[in-house]
Amino acid sequence: MGLAWGMTRISVSVDGIAYVDEVEPRMLLVHYLRDRLGKTGTVVGCDTSNCGSCTVHLDGRSVKSCAVLAVQADGHEVITIEGIAKDGELHPMQRAFHESHALQCGYCTPGMIMQSIDLLAANPDPTEADVREGLEGNLCRCTGYHNIVKAVLTAAADAKAAR
Amino acid sequence: MIPAAFDYLAPTSIEEALAALSSDADEVKVLAGGQSLIPVLRLRLAAPTLVVDLGRLPDLAGVRDDGGAILIGAMTTHDELTREPLVSEHATLLAKVAQTVADPQVRHRGTFGGALVHADPAGDFPAAALALDAEMTIVGPSGPRTVPAAEFFTDLFTTAVSEDEILTAVRVPKHTGWGSHYEKFHRSAQMWSIVGVAATVRLDGGTVVEVKVGLTNMASTAIRAAAVEQQLVGQPAAPEVIASAAERAADGTSPPTDVNGDADYRQHLAKVLTRRALITACGC
Ligand SMILES: Cc1cc2nc3c(=O)[nH]c(=O)nc-3n(C[C@H](O)[C@H](O)[C@H](O)COP(=O)(O)OP(=O)(O)OC[C@H]3O[C@@H](n4cnc5c(N)ncnc54)[C@H](O)[C@@H]3O)c2cc1C
Ligand code: FES
Ligand code: FES
Repeated sequence: MGLAWGMTRISVSVDGIAYVDEVEPRMLLVHYLRDRLGKTGTVVGCDTSNCGSCTVHLDGRSVKSCAVLAVQADGHEVITIEGIAKDGELHPMQRAFHESHALQCGYCTPGMIMQSIDLLAANPDPTEADVREGLEGNLCRCTGYHNIVKAVLTAAADAKAAR
Repeated sequence: MIPAAFDYLAPTSIEEALAALSSDADEVKVLAGGQSLIPVLRLRLAAPTLVVDLGRLPDLAGVRDDGGAILIGAMTTHDELTREPLVSEHATLLAKVAQTVADPQVRHRGTFGGALVHADPAGDFPAAALALDAEMTIVGPSGPRTVPAAEFFTDLFTTAVSEDEILTAVRVPKHTGWGSHYEKFHRSAQMWSIVGVAATVRLDGGTVVEVKVGLTNMASTAIRAAAVEQQLVGQPAAPEVIASAAERAADGTSPPTDVNGDADYRQHLAKVLTRRALITACGC
């Protein structure tokens, strides 16, 4: 096979905006988001798809964007941490993390928030154990899990009160 | 790291996919959920020249009723297995195993078929497939064939599926009303099994009528704990009877020694976990 590796055209919606781009098939979704679209809010924390810091929503479900190729997102919808605030208002999960002081260095936070939103969508009334289990794919090197769990439980309680 | 460059095809029919697999590219790899393959590509442990994505093939995902069995499409995700009523009713063991695999994000992408073909000896699904006597449908250039689970896993990361073939579906005989449990021993959340035991039993008035036990990470492939099964059939489902049978769980095993434990530690674990899995499965 020759040296000219094929580029592939993808159409993907990211944070509500439609993009059409030529990408190399080997490009990871996380690199497409960061390097092509400049959405550096989604971060890379590992080489093994363990840490969860790159978590985004693909068609409404959480995925690790370092374990998805950009070409696999063709025709699909991606929401990143940069797309959840509405009209300058923080998303309720962002607000809960802020209010519960659920971050230290903040590196794991985008992934934690995106996974926490997915968690509550699947289980709106979780126990503490459910929250810990639901976040098992997200590592915090600052080990601030206590306040992270508190934030998710607070967000769940707030949503329940508003219902 | 960034994977080495490769060409990419996303066929929309099985015929097209099979033709791509038989093309003259140096090394072709099938891509399913990517939850094992993409990390492997990132670490450059593999560098295929052509990747064939099964993600756009119709009819490869989902579970349907097939009379005495349920038919699970190879592209059905781990997450779907945990939520699909046909699975929880007729193959409860599989739903329980799926729940323990990896983490929610990985379960949203990873597929049943991908996990079986990947055949990691520490992977959780092969033991369940063995314990449920699943049957795999594989298609290749010369048409479809079926392979029973007992003949599917041939060695470390090696199965009956050859490079020009695709696993399309898994047929799981209905185990309606059977008790089941997966006892997975791992160091921390999201980690792979050090040892895992998949047990399923059919009881009649407190007697074990049928019992099947699959072991994870006790050899180069998942294996059945045949000695345990033989000792338990026809016996009352009581803790001391189960404990005695579970002592045979390490018979004929050849587990690895690695950073997580020595072989003899794993053989000890197999007995303890088999006892726990069977006691929970029997509800005694
Ligand atoms: C952080 C993390 C933790 C994990 N923890 C666990 C765990 O605890 N237990 C566990 O069991 N697994 C675990 N996994 C692996 C996970 O279950 C994978 O989803 C699974 O092993 C592979 O499925 P896939 O669909 O992602 O396949 P892929 O990664 O796409 O493919 C895997 C291999 O199978 C081949 N293949 C895939 N589908 C087919 C098919 N239909 N026909 C022919 N060949 C095919 C591919 O060519 C490739 O060689 C973990 C993964 C990660 C990233
Ligand atoms: S960067 Fe994706 S899981 Fe770590
Ligand atoms: S806050 Fe530092 S990694 Fe979680």
